[in-house]
Amino acid sequence: MDRQAPIIEIRNLVKHFGSVIALSGVSLSVHRGEVMCLLGDNGAGKSTLIKTLSGVHKPTSGEFLVEGRHVTFSSPRDALDAGIATVYQDLAMIPLMSVTRNFFMGREPVKGVWPFRYVDFDHCDAVTRDEMHKIGIDVRDPHQAVGTLSGGERQCVAIARAVYFGAKVLILDEPTSALGVAQTSMVLKYIHQVRQKGLGVIFITHNVRHAYAVGDRFTVLNRGKTLGTYAKSEIAIDELQNLMAGGKELQAVSAELGGMV
Amino acid sequence: MVNTTQPTADLSPAPAIKKIQDERLKEVSLLTKIMRRPELGALAGLILVAIFFISTADASMFTLAGIMNILSPASQLGILAIAAALLMIGGEFDLSIGSMVAFTGLVFGAFVTLSGLPLLLAIAATFVVAAILGGLNGQLVIRTRLPSFIVTLAFLFILRGLSLVGLKWATGGSTQMRGIGAQSNEDFVREIFSGTALEGLFSWLAANDLIAKFPNGTPTVTGVPVSILWFIGFALLATWILLRTRAGNWIFAAGGDANAARNSGVPVDRVKTGLFMLTACAAALVAILTVLDAGSTDARRGFQKEFEAIIAAVIGGCLLTGGYGSAIGAFFGAIIFGMVSIGLTYTRFDSDWFQVFLGAMLLLAVLFNNFIRRKVTGER
Repeated sequence: MDRQAPIIEIRNLVKHFGSVIALSGVSLSVHRGEVMCLLGDNGAGKSTLIKTLSGVHKPTSGEFLVEGRHVTFSSPRDALDAGIATVYQDLAMIPLMSVTRNFFMGREPVKGVWPFRYVDFDHCDAVTRDEMHKIGIDVRDPHQAVGTLSGGERQCVAIARAVYFGAKVLILDEPTSALGVAQTSMVLKYIHQVRQKGLGVIFITHNVRHAYAVGDRFTVLNRGKTLGTYAKSEIAIDELQNLMAGGKELQAVSAELGGMV
Repeated sequence: MVNTTQPTADLSPAPAIKKIQDERLKEVSLLTKIMRRPELGALAGLILVAIFFISTADASMFTLAGIMNILSPASQLGILAIAAALLMIGGEFDLSIGSMVAFTGLVFGAFVTLSGLPLLLAIAATFVVAAILGGLNGQLVIRTRLPSFIVTLAFLFILRGLSLVGLKWATGGSTQMRGIGAQSNEDFVREIFSGTALEGLFSWLAANDLIAKFPNGTPTVTGVPVSILWFIGFALLATWILLRTRAGNWIFAAGGDANAARNSGVPVDRVKTGLFMLTACAAALVAILTVLDAGSTDARRGFQKEFEAIIAAVIGGCLLTGGYGSAIGAFFGAIIFGMVSIGLTYTRFDSDWFQVFLGAMLLLAVLFNNFIRRKVTGER
């Protein structure tokens, strides 16, 4: 499997906003059935990179390949159509709407002839309940508002939606950063499941523990550049932490605080 | 080991889903189900108001004639309120609806009297003008990213002013334009937009002693004013769109969280522009209905209707923050309005209590809606 072409590959991606250099040569690749963790501190360029991958921004220069073919996206819709689904931390679900309506938002299956075209909500309810059942979330009533779900459940619903609609690559933007311990493990478990289905996952986080729990490979981003990509066997969790935070300074602080950072 | 089948394909056959449904479906209590309906408050309010008038008002209020009296003003307000409700669910306001009624009334009058267009064409042209103005409202809101409250407040004054100026210009100094539709003879189009409908049914009912009639045999109510039929039809259509179509889901999504909706591929800007065009066209419809009925138009038409429409929508369960509400709720809200404004004249109360009632009802509705929203979303 590993010898297959990566689903997404970027080489020397550069993005300038006017005189600001947000990305100055980023390279990474994601394969099927792999969780690629993208680590980086604030301002490392993670958000810009995600937005470039998901079609919000156009790269200034560099190569962007999806399944071996060069692509240029002009809108998030293009990226979605190419099978790249991005799940944003807060901006994925609408709390006042029902689980079903959220699940099918923007992709409602319609029946009938225009202008009498309608959405088959019975089918939607059944699909939603079934998909939720598969990931072990107990949505007893798909008409309940998403606001009644916990943060972890919401994140899982958003991921399940992307998977259901045929995503090949999932970009998860800090899916665990606002969650408690139990909720986090729920999301991490689900990411593991998604990987087993053969999807590629780009997991963005600044929590090394969460990354190490599910990641296969780790790419560390710093000041708009990739510091390197490491397989799990090549790097220990402490090294990863140091690399991400810029090395020595953190070690000093960590020693001061009794090694707990 | 890698499973590459498309996830869409592993949909279990329908019977299996059914089975899961049966064993997993928690009994959703009837109360929860009712509480989840946004129009609950409006329906409860309507029942309370009806009980109040049944016990205090003259019995003639609830005769067929009395009910038509209530529904006539309710229908005009209701058409505006339903459009306003859809727009509010979509997350925006339109304060220019009232002025839009006056302005499109003038446009319609001018098309009929000055340019001598056939009635059908004049009506179509009026809708086109309204849609353009609504689209302008929408585009301004979207492009400037100003709150729609401010943009449409500006149009409230602009359109009211233009109506005055335009009327004076068209009539040579008067703020009223008369004789609209008097010369037209297209009976079919007139039938749809003015007068009463279902006359045959009503005379049949009278002949069979099912409704009140005069001694000479003609029914006391000759038919249903067409505005009421438009009102009911529009309420049904809007409810269907909102609850059963893709556009409806997009309206909820656009108002609930425009960013999340955009990320999921909902064309939020198009939805909002469309809604602004819809409110403007609803205003034009009311203008055409009332102008054809009266045969004249004046600059005060639709005065303060924007507030009444928004209040009716809020009574109907719309949240001021968008993303939640119902069209049928606005329908009930408008009927409450009609019932109270007309009903007070059947009682011994001073009819100026109406305004007091209006404010109190709005306050109650907002508090009630917030309570319901917390229940629905489970937030504390």
